[in-house]
Amino acid sequence: MQINTNHQIDPISAAQQKTEKSLSPTQLAMRRFIKNKLAISGVIILGFIVFIAVFADVLATHEPTAYDMYNIESKVSSENWLGTDSSGRDNFSRLVHGSRISLTIGFFAMLFTVVIGVILGSLSGYYGGKIDSLIMRITDLMLILPFLLLVLTIIAILEKISILIFITIIALTTWPNLTRIIRATFLSLREKEFILGAKSVGASDIRIIFKHFLPNAVGPIIVNATLMMATMIIIESALSFIGFGIPQPTPTWGNMITEATNLRMLENNWEAWLPPGLAILFTVLSINFIGDGLRDAFDPKSN
Amino acid sequence: MKINKELLKVKGLKTHFFMDGKIAKAVDGVDFTLNKGETLAIVGESGSGKSITSLSIMRLIPSPPGKILDNSSIKLENRELLTLSEKDMRKVRGNEIGMIFQEPMTSLNPVFTIGNQIAETLIKHKKMKKKQANQRAVELLKVVGFARAEEIVHEYPHQLSGGMRQRAMIAIAMSCDPKLLIADEPTTALDVTIQSQILDLMIEMKEKFDSSILLITHDLGVVAEVADRVLVMYGGQIVEEAQVRDLFTKPMHPYTRGLLDSIPNLDTDVKRLKSIRGTVPPAHRFPEGCRFAPRCDHVMDQCTAANPELLQREESHKVRCYLYES
Repeated sequence: MQINTNHQIDPISAAQQKTEKSLSPTQLAMRRFIKNKLAISGVIILGFIVFIAVFADVLATHEPTAYDMYNIESKVSSENWLGTDSSGRDNFSRLVHGSRISLTIGFFAMLFTVVIGVILGSLSGYYGGKIDSLIMRITDLMLILPFLLLVLTIIAILEKISILIFITIIALTTWPNLTRIIRATFLSLREKEFILGAKSVGASDIRIIFKHFLPNAVGPIIVNATLMMATMIIIESALSFIGFGIPQPTPTWGNMITEATNLRMLENNWEAWLPPGLAILFTVLSINFIGDGLRDAFDPKSN
Repeated sequence: MKINKELLKVKGLKTHFFMDGKIAKAVDGVDFTLNKGETLAIVGESGSGKSITSLSIMRLIPSPPGKILDNSSIKLENRELLTLSEKDMRKVRGNEIGMIFQEPMTSLNPVFTIGNQIAETLIKHKKMKKKQANQRAVELLKVVGFARAEEIVHEYPHQLSGGMRQRAMIAIAMSCDPKLLIADEPTTALDVTIQSQILDLMIEMKEKFDSSILLITHDLGVVAEVADRVLVMYGGQIVEEAQVRDLFTKPMHPYTRGLLDSIPNLDTDVKRLKSIRGTVPPAHRFPEGCRFAPRCDHVMDQCTAANPELLQREESHKVRCYLYES
């Protein structure tokens, strides 16, 4: 029979078969990611920061919220490794504990945004038509409102801000970008023949969205989610810096930099504001390296 | 054919697309029947409505803007498909009608293994357990000619060549033992040697699974090779219907003759290939009267006045042309 010769006329894949196991596109992407030195250094730095956040209680030398009015604005010493702030709180302990807040807010605000973005983006991109128009008009509406002003207004109205409320506010104001990206990914996937193929074997809408669209959109979603986490950390720091973020005495990196608004502290006490500044810098930078690494890994043609 | 029992009966099928106030009559009154065990080919140029006809049968026309008009009828074994609920229609797709597509490179989901994609259909329609479905997937891959089927089930589409993917597509399409296999230009994207293998495989599958084939193609070579009967489509309508031998030996419609004349002939040395002048008119601006009239060499007065009917002129040979008005 003629057709049985097929495996012989394809020596390349036969040769591949011997050397490696079948790798899914995601596994292939991870393999490319591991070869990216910058991305791996990002993973190491972020891993270190996560380690600090997890073991903050052990690493901190003082209670981060305990103030000591007899020991304010002190310099680096064996007692206070990074001195104390204007309320006499230990800067090192606050820095260590601040990593928890930054990472928590960054991660969960990102997660919340991804959930909203995936749901709305999928509906919009899959169904098109009126649903798409409705969601896209709401998206446009959100995008024309100045982000900072919107967040400041909501926070000002709510007055009392807990971490949960803060995460919710940020997520509810940043979803439009991700929604648009997921919608665009869906729109391009919709033209692929395997979607028609899935329909032609009788798959339902839900099944097509979850089994055929989302797994193929995982690349863009992961990349944008990662980059979004970095943005969330910056937003938290920025809002805390101007006093609209997580309220004192909870230690956050943004709160700590607020010390730099005091000219005397800015000139004399670098240990109060430089370490949290660097912490934000390295965290955001490492996350961005990871995000860029993921982008290159999922889309090798982008370079 | 051996048993002349009707499997698929399409009657007055009209699929129109409504865009910006314009109506594109992509399929405009198509009637045909497909008998059990038969291979029926639909040929035509790009834009003749052949693919839309096949998608209409599967009810996969994007809507809006597309719509199958109300008086149309598509019957599979005397069951009207157009009035089925979407849920019931999903049970028909993949289970009773299998479909394979033109582009093997994109018609498999890149993130799942071949086995997974075959098993998906089996689990859905045949209510198989996962393990059982996976075993069946290996068997199916063997049936479509993969010698190392046990390995192929674990491979991803990007590891297979175009011909292998088309084989895998056929395995998926045949997995639930469908009564009808619709093949929409299954060999267009493949090279010539693989083409004939895939065609042979399709015919073999048809025999083995006791199924029928509706083959959509623009390649008359493919038609000559595998079809029993041929429909020639032009401008959303059937212009000629004949047994495959009759079509090639005594084509009647000027369009069919034009198509056959434009096949390169290796025996005679010609400088230029013959072609049919002009192009297919867009589906929202079909001419009055016969749709082929503006391009026809035999055009008469009555051709531009009214569109001729598709009438039987010889035994099992229908044609839509005034030339045969006696």
